[in-house]
Formats: sequence, C-alpha cells, structure tokens
Amino acid sequence: MRGMLTVFKKEVRENMRDRRTIMTSLLIGPLAGPLLFVLMMMMVADKVGEKSEELLELAVIGQERAPNLITFLEQQEVQIKAPPEDPEAAILAKEEDVIVRIPEQFPEQWLAGEPATVEVIADNSRRNVDITIRRVKALLRAYGGQVGVLRLQLRGVPATLSSPLYVKNVDLSTATSRAAELLAILPYFLMLTAFIGGMHLAIDTTAGEKERKSLEPLLINPVPRWQIMAGKLLSTTTYALLSLSLTMLAFSFAIPMIPADKLGIALELNWGTMALVLLVVAPVSILASALLTILASFAKSFREAQSYMGLVVFVPLIPSLWLMINPVKADTWMMAVPLLSQNVLIYELIRGEAVSMAWFGLSILSTTTMGLLLAIIAASLYNRPRIIFGSG
Amino acid sequence: MIEVRDLYKSFGKVKAVNGVSFTARDGEITGLLGPNGAGKTTTLRMLYSLLPPDSGQILIDGLDPTRDSLAIKRTLGVVPDSRGLYTRLSARENIRYYGQMQGMKNSALEQRIEDLVVTLDMGDFIDRRTEGFSQGQRVKVAIARAVVHEPKTVLLDEPSNGLDVMSTRALRDYILSLKSAGLCVVLSTHIMQEVAALCDRIVIIAKGRVAADGTADELLERSGANSLEDAFVQLIGTEEGLLA
Repeated sequence: MRGMLTVFKKEVRENMRDRRTIMTSLLIGPLAGPLLFVLMMMMVADKVGEKSEELLELAVIGQERAPNLITFLEQQEVQIKAPPEDPEAAILAKEEDVIVRIPEQFPEQWLAGEPATVEVIADNSRRNVDITIRRVKALLRAYGGQVGVLRLQLRGVPATLSSPLYVKNVDLSTATSRAAELLAILPYFLMLTAFIGGMHLAIDTTAGEKERKSLEPLLINPVPRWQIMAGKLLSTTTYALLSLSLTMLAFSFAIPMIPADKLGIALELNWGTMALVLLVVAPVSILASALLTILASFAKSFREAQSYMGLVVFVPLIPSLWLMINPVKADTWMMAVPLLSQNVLIYELIRGEAVSMAWFGLSILSTTTMGLLLAIIAASLYNRPRIIFGSG
Repeated sequence: MIEVRDLYKSFGKVKAVNGVSFTARDGEITGLLGPNGAGKTTTLRMLYSLLPPDSGQILIDGLDPTRDSLAIKRTLGVVPDSRGLYTRLSARENIRYYGQMQGMKNSALEQRIEDLVVTLDMGDFIDRRTEGFSQGQRVKVAIARAVVHEPKTVLLDEPSNGLDVMSTRALRDYILSLKSAGLCVVLSTHIMQEVAALCDRIVIIAKGRVAADGTADELLERSGANSLEDAFVQLIGTEEGLLA
C-alpha cells in the first residue's frame, strides 16, 4: 500500500501545479454547469412572463364582417390592427405571430345560426408564438361561449343544458414537482462534471506518462503494477470528486438565483438534500475515472487520448435522454443500473419524494462495483507490453 | 553478477533476441555493443523484468526476474532508453519520488539525495522544475533517481544519447566511479568510442545474436583488425547501423 500512496500523493501534487487541470477540473467544469443552468431557467422565466403579459396586437382580416367580435376583443385590451397584404407570407416571414381571418361567408353563417368559421393563421412549429396562439384562441372561445349562452337564454333554454359535461382540471402537481420537471437535467450536469473533473488526470497519468517517456522507468520500481495503477486511479477519482463537490456548491448558490416565483414553481434544495445528492453521485466518480483511464491507456499521446474523451461525455447523457424520451415510474431494477439510478434518485430527491434507504444502498453498491470492476480492468491493462511500450 | 543463458524473445514474426548469452561480473563494466535494432534494448528489458523472455535463463545475483520481479527491481538501478522526467516537479522531487517508490525512509533518502547532488554536480538545478532542462541535466536526474536506492547492479541503455562532449565526459567519470565501487555495470551502446573508453568486457550483438564476446584486446586479436571499429565491422559482417 505504501507504493500506492506514494503514487497517489505525487499525482495529486503534480497536477495541482498544472494550470490546465485546475482550469478544467476545478474551475470551468464546476462553474459552467450551474451557470448554464441558471441562464436557461432565467430565459424560460423571461419568455413566460413577457408573452403572457405583453400587449396583444392582433391583425384581423375582414374586421367589418364581425363588428361585435372586434368590440369584444378591444374590450379585452387587444389592440386590433390592419392586416398585411399577404397574411400567409407575413406569418412565414415572421413579421406577424398570429393573424385572424373572418371569411366572407361569416355574416351569413352568423345570422343563420350556423357555426361561423374564424381562421387563426399561425405557424405552430414556431415555439415562441405558442403562448400568443393560446391567448388568441382562448379569447375567441370566450366570445363564442358568451354568444352561445345569450342565444339559448333568448329562446328560454337554460344555458347549462348545452354543457352536459363540465371538465374540471384538478392539478395534483405541487409547485415543487413542477420545478422538478425543469430540474430533471440536473443529474446530467452533475455526472458530466464527474467525467470532466477526472478527464485530465486520467490522460496525464496514462497517455501523458507514455508521451513524456516516464512510464517505463516508473514501472522498474519495486512496486506491484496494480498498486501503481490504483494510486493513479485514486488520484483521478479524487479530482473527479473534488470537481463534483465544487459543482454542488456552485449549484447551491446558483439555484436561489432562479426566478422561481416567475416560473410558478418552488425550489427548495436545502443542505440535507444537497448532501444526499452528492452521496448518490459520488460513486460515479469511481466509474468515470476507471472508464476514462481505460480509454486513455490505449492512446499513445495526450492528443490522441483527448480525442477519445470527446466521446465519453456522451455516456452520462444516455440515461438522461432515455428518461426524457421515455418517462417511466421509478422502479427497483433501475437502481442496479449505474448512471440511470443516479438520474432517477436525484430526480426523486429534488421532487421532494421520500426515497427508501434500500434504493440508495443498491445504487451506491451497483455503481461502486461497476467502477471497481472497470478499475481492475484498467490496472490489468498495464501487464501488457503493448500498452507499456506503445507497440511490440 | 548477471548471467544470461540462451535468451530468446520474438514479437510476432520478428525474432528480436535470438539466443543471447553473456556474463557480467561485479566490479566490471560490460558493454552491449551493436547496431540499432540489434536487440540490445529488448535484452535489457528482459533483465529488468519488464518483458518476459520466451525462453532462456537470467540470473542476477542469483535472482530470476521472471520469478522475483520485485526483488530484482530492488537490487537493480536502471536508466532505460525512455527517461522522461515529470516537468512539473523539481529535480529533487523527481528523485525523491523514486526513492519513496523504492521504500526508502525519509532521513536516509534526503541524505542520499544530497550525496547525489554532489557526486553528479546537480547543485545548480536540483530545486528547479525540470521543464526546459538540457539533455545533460536530464540524464543526470535520470541517473540519480535510478541509483537513489544504492543498487548493486546498474543497467544503462544508450546513456550518452544526445549528450554534448562535456556531459558525456561527466557521465563516463560517473560510470567509472560505479565500477570502482564494485558494482556490476551493464551498458548498451552503438558508439565505439564509448566502449573503448569504458568497458572491461564487450558483448557484440547483431541481429539478436552474440557475434563476439571478450575484452577489447581479445576482440582485436580474434578479428586480426587494427582498430576496434574494424574489428566490430568484421565481427558483425556489415557496416549497417554503425553510422547511426
């Protein structure tokens, strides 16, 4: 164990002196995630606020055919304006968000008591006009409803008769669980940090040693190879963990900056939850370090290793994407799958759900086991001359 | 003392070492002389147990590298062909790292480093980071870390590669001092003058085989040549690789 500790101490100290390591592992990595996250949330909040509050300017074609509708809209503080020459083109050119067209046969249909057609012209694929479209449709529906009720009352029919069904929305999602929808991306950010935090050391301690031709003399020391590799893996894991902890810290400062009230959500991530989240993600740093070390071991130079690393950052993305596309109920088997279990657990934790201790245990155990297994593979690679000498 | 008998090692179809035998005695400098690619480095790698031989036997002070790898590494001081240093560590930290890997105790280690600073004349740069060191400085640090644990046997693979005249002289003086301290020294080289200046015994290796083995005088006598260089060319039967 002496040899392992010697290697560990040397790697940690040597890399502390490397500006690149400090930048990627301990500064940019931990700050980028939370920063990006908060900015994203702020933009969402801005969009939501802006669109539902701003004055609605609506171009209407054929205003003269439905003067009462126009009056109604104006009463609802909609500013009615003249339509453009070519409405379809104006929408496609993004000059207008929504245009309402009152067709020629509207007065005829209206007077005959038939459903009178009103067209709402918009490009539904434009996500930022969603809210405007919804507002316009809601206003038109409200007008239609009002008139319908009046017509029935004129004929002495109770208005309620035409509404055999009353659909009431009972939303059971609490403000906290709505916030969780947005926070679902947090596990990915955290796991990515574990990977990025260990990346530089994983390369430096393997491909880096080969590139500067210091691996062969190192292995001539009377220390078993597995101890040398264990020391290296331990230092990589330490940096990954350090990076992860700093990210958690950055998040704990960043999350209160999210305009939660504007989004209509509650964000309460207290220190206890934070600590639990960290505990859940911590084993990922072992897994990440071992995986990165194995990959970097096959490279002969720093550059070559870096090009492999680019692909590894997609690994933690896989379970996050899977959950996004296929939102399933948390289940026990998921706890046995590294990276997926962290996703599920963190999601449950920030939703404020009670999670059973057994799940925590299973997730930590399965991820750690997988990590150690990969670590053993990484260490055994160094018994191969091909890995040590680069060739031959 | 090193005894090598019938050593074989091939990589795929390439027979890198094809029946090498020699003996290196304590208090002597044994030179493995041969053109590039003759199998010198592969032979040395088998001596310091980084490569297992396909067949044949190696005994270093009675220990077999294939069986007592760790024990062998404790008795050997090796300056291999690759001698990269950690550029973010000072020369002293580089040497200290290897001393700790050898299991040396702190006080003994620090004292030994001080001694090496004097012997190898490293006072000017011992506490500087090794980034930007000259070849000569780098070789000194590589030697210091290789012998920090006071090994009984020292193996050097092409030690004077890339050194200027002054550094080469200093290196030769140091190697001679190891010999007078009674150590068993083996060095591989393709430089004739180095062998002539240093070695008590010369083992000429070509194409993975021992072409000749003996003192300089014996080799001259056997080949009937006037100079060691001519003898070398005659014994390996080609000039290939000599000018490298």
